[in-house]
Amino acid sequence: MDMNKTDVIVVGSGPSGVSAAITLARAGKKVVLTERGDDSGDKNMFGGEIYTNQTLDIFPNFIEDAPIERSVTEQAFILLKDKDSLKFAYNNGENSIPNSYTVNRSKWDRWCVEEAKKAGVFYAPKTLVKEIILENGRAVGVKTELENYYSDIVIIADGVNSILLEKLGLRKEIKDSDVTVNVKEVYKLSEEKINDRFNIDEKSGFGAKILGGPLKNLFSIGFLFTNRETISLGVGISLDDLKKIKMKPYELLEKLKEHPAISCYIKDAKLIEYSAHMIPEGGYNSVPQLYSDGIMVAGDAAMLVNNVHFEGTNFAMLSGKLAAETAIEALNSSDFSKKKLSLYEKKLKDSIILKDLKLHKDSVSFVKKHINTITEIYSEIICDIFKTVTYSSSQPKSKVYRNLLFKILKSNVIFKSIPIFLFAIRKCLKK
Amino acid sequence: MNINEKLATLKYNKDEKSHLIVDNEICKKCKNKVCLYVCPADVYSYNDDTDNITIRYENCLECGTCKIACPSKNIKWSYPSVQFGVKYRNG
Repeated sequence: MDMNKTDVIVVGSGPSGVSAAITLARAGKKVVLTERGDDSGDKNMFGGEIYTNQTLDIFPNFIEDAPIERSVTEQAFILLKDKDSLKFAYNNGENSIPNSYTVNRSKWDRWCVEEAKKAGVFYAPKTLVKEIILENGRAVGVKTELENYYSDIVIIADGVNSILLEKLGLRKEIKDSDVTVNVKEVYKLSEEKINDRFNIDEKSGFGAKILGGPLKNLFSIGFLFTNRETISLGVGISLDDLKKIKMKPYELLEKLKEHPAISCYIKDAKLIEYSAHMIPEGGYNSVPQLYSDGIMVAGDAAMLVNNVHFEGTNFAMLSGKLAAETAIEALNSSDFSKKKLSLYEKKLKDSIILKDLKLHKDSVSFVKKHINTITEIYSEIICDIFKTVTYSSSQPKSKVYRNLLFKILKSNVIFKSIPIFLFAIRKCLKK
Repeated sequence: MNINEKLATLKYNKDEKSHLIVDNEICKKCKNKVCLYVCPADVYSYNDDTDNITIRYENCLECGTCKIACPSKNIKWSYPSVQFGVKYRNG
């Protein structure tokens, strides 16, 4: 038998690839996991969080054993006006398991790969897959910079830029509106200072989404997360809006950093890493063909991101697992045809992935249509309401109330909110 | 903070050849040159003397934005060869 032949080749060792590989190895299948970086995590960047449910499903020991930074116990929204701001935060109860954790991707991705190796995965770093080898239209292996490897099935998990899918013609050209450009900065600060600044302790952590201010009227959101001894601060903006404002993505982040509600968090902290990455946010309508003869596609390469709820790494892990489960069934029946692998799409449809993406297939275009209400009017009105309640001025309250009422009426926010409420209700009632 | 200070935080291994290739004849006719501002690492700049796009590929963060953004689809984009390009330590 050919030395270079295995059951499955998984291209890309990010969250979806490593989940696919470990699931296959645990079922006793021979699997090669490739990575173009010197090591896993070298090329990866995210907001970001990993989600407890899906991560436990793949790595049952991760809470005890993995290099985790912090749990995200406080989920905040920061609404910005030009100088004012309003912050509100949800805390999940002390005794419940945290919903998500922050991680350093270099450390985390490497740990995941070590777990996969322990399960029997053959890991091939410094391996750039240039193309899929096809025989009579069926994938039979991969061509790397150095040599060819052969397998019965190839799982493509090479991320948002998936050059492989493009070459295979499995996906349409990505549009500007299908992606957001994200830039992030990581700031070093002592653990103690982070705890003080965010009112957290070693067992807890803070995450925030930032709306309005310099991001108003744009399909753009800021994010902030606490790690153990660093803070991640970044911003994402849809590529079509970035083109419209003719601004460099890092200039938008600089503007965000100037706001007093944000600058206070990174004061005196040292920038230790700048990074950039695209997130596929085209949703349901941008999902490529998910399978073909001998091929399945998982994670960001398959555009599996629910941007309404900021979920991506969880879908990556789950889709990798479902692709692996399909591969196991295909290997057991020695049938690697497109028809057999269509089971993967069925599994995705039965899971939260395609259910949630389908539910929200029109949400992004809806939000873009109402972007002024959502990112400017709401931030301003809510800030003004809180200011009215808390601010002691020299004017009589009757006048303050009247001013607020006029402002609210003038903004037309009540009328403008009706379609938003109706849209939200429709989503709640959809089966 | 300017972009050079940001990029100075990163570890790169510079390849001798560029993984980003453009056809300058097409760039010359391009009116909006979006590559000059969508790139998060300022890889693309315009050289008035030569009327060419200059590509500082060694600063590339491998995000892929330029490839999608280019209105003429004129950026031949590939990953750097193995062992080259950016290497994140935090991600």
